[in-house]
Amino acid sequence: MAEPETDAAAPEPKRSDRSPWNWLLLVPIVVPLMTPLYNFDAPRVGGFPAFYWIQLLFILLGVATTTVVYRMTKRR
Amino acid sequence: MADHITEIVVFTLLFLLVSVMGFVAARWRAPQDMLHLDEWGLGGRSFGGWITWFLVGGDLYTAYTFVAVPALMFGAGAAGFFAVPYTIVIYPLFFLILIRLWSVSHRHGFVTPADFVRSRFDSPTLALLVAITGIVATMPYIALQLVGIEAVLKTMGMTGESLLARHAPIIVAFAILAAYTYQSGLRAPALIAFVKDTLIYIVILVAVIYLPVKLGGWGSIFDAADAKFQASPAPADGLILGPNNQIQYITLALGSALALFLYPHSITGVLASKNRNVIKRNMSALPAYSLLLGLLALLGYAAIAAGVKPLPGAREGTVDSNTVVPLLFDQQFPGWFAGIAFAAIGIGALVPAAIMSIAAANLFTRNVYKEYLRKDATHAQEANVAKITSLVVKVGAVACIIFLDPQFSIDLQLIGGVIILQTAPAVALGLFTRWLHRGGLVAGWVAGMAIGMWMLWNVPNAATGRAHFGGSAFALEKFGFDTPKTIYVGFIAVLVNLLVAVIVTLVLRAMKTPGGTDGTTADDYFADEGDPRLEQERAGQEREART
Repeated sequence: MAEPETDAAAPEPKRSDRSPWNWLLLVPIVVPLMTPLYNFDAPRVGGFPAFYWIQLLFILLGVATTTVVYRMTKRR
Repeated sequence: MADHITEIVVFTLLFLLVSVMGFVAARWRAPQDMLHLDEWGLGGRSFGGWITWFLVGGDLYTAYTFVAVPALMFGAGAAGFFAVPYTIVIYPLFFLILIRLWSVSHRHGFVTPADFVRSRFDSPTLALLVAITGIVATMPYIALQLVGIEAVLKTMGMTGESLLARHAPIIVAFAILAAYTYQSGLRAPALIAFVKDTLIYIVILVAVIYLPVKLGGWGSIFDAADAKFQASPAPADGLILGPNNQIQYITLALGSALALFLYPHSITGVLASKNRNVIKRNMSALPAYSLLLGLLALLGYAAIAAGVKPLPGAREGTVDSNTVVPLLFDQQFPGWFAGIAFAAIGIGALVPAAIMSIAAANLFTRNVYKEYLRKDATHAQEANVAKITSLVVKVGAVACIIFLDPQFSIDLQLIGGVIILQTAPAVALGLFTRWLHRGGLVAGWVAGMAIGMWMLWNVPNAATGRAHFGGSAFALEKFGFDTPKTIYVGFIAVLVNLLVAVIVTLVLRAMKTPGGTDGTTADDYFADEGDPRLEQERAGQEREART
């Protein structure tokens, strides 16, 4: 092959997807599973008991953490 | 039936539209050579962000989920809401674990999780166990999609007296589905998913805004549900969790999340994406569906407030609670909109059913046919065997629904979730470490299966008066603990599985039993699209093919 093979030939540093940011992903795994945090009726928001609106908010928590970790660990 | 004409017409038109799309899909992003399992079974491993979002979303959030979760809320209250934490927890898990499976599969051309296990642990036996577990767990899941469609058909009054008349619409629907899946492979559900998900989003958004307005606001909907649970004699229902079902709630959410990403159809959806970033970005975008599911679940309460009475079930004296949401739409919306909602559920059943049958077919082809029946099978032969297997799988699913009590499929699906979890040590842990010995993994699988079955057998259901397979909540007192608390069966089973795997591994190590050679390298787990090593190999193969 005549093309310059900079990518393949250069001695690449050992690849890894290890990053301290990955630990952040434990948050949306652990928090939604802690029922004592949200197993209440009051306070209601928009008619929703706490049990429901808090768990729906955890969806945003999940989105936020995966977005942050994706941005911080992007290979460039 | 006459007063449902508008619904039936809208439903049928939308159904015909997606059928045409299913056939056209073969030409969508058409490959040069469809007779390759990568093309038929994984859509050419080329799907970008949007397609993956629709495909995986359409795949994980099935029609059955959309019908059964609100039905569970209708009957049991807060316990049914486990679907929300379950579908939150799954994405960080995907992010951490499945991304490695994508990389190693990309580099080695693996099509199924069993392919990976075979290479990683150098054990065709373990791979066969993983493949069979996957197929057995998937079959009832496909049958359940039919339960979802049937709930809709029943509500539209499409029920006949004879066995055949009652099931004729399902048979026709599945025959069409089978035909276009055969022809177009994974491209068919990928294309149809666009329609399915758009319809579902429209229906749910309208429902969660319109219904509360009609029923006096969310506050009064929750109050109506609360009043119902207060009045019922069952101890476990309520607007929030009781003292005894919290462990069940947590372990069921976590266990279901772990099970979901081991299901062959989820893995098929993920492996079809074109690079790591597509998957990672989707982990932030897919939770949109979780929000949808959470709102949909609450429609179970809306049905309570609206005074919906579920239609009678297959046997005398039972009710089919899966008809709750279809009935709610039927009673509260004009016919044309109810028709759209029903089409959304009906089409929502087709997408996952197609992907599941493809996933099961891939497993059979790669890990049974090629491994044991015909080692030198060409790519074209593989693709053909997979296409035929996908037909067989669908015929089996239809037969399950026609000839067996639908309850049987629901039981099998319950079992399916528990058994698919037993592949976690080999597939999920295997992606990180090879420490566990292949013999240990086999022993752990056997132990996990045995205890899982035993526990499920011993779960009675007071509400339906059944002594066995009454649910997934196992009473801890049966282990001799003095407590009324319950726990998810699959969770205990997988812990036992792991424990046995570790012990047997230690024993086999001590006996110096060979552990086989690892077919993968550490670097494989980070490979990405345009991987230099892979590109070189590909160029080499093309040169060989030319000469």
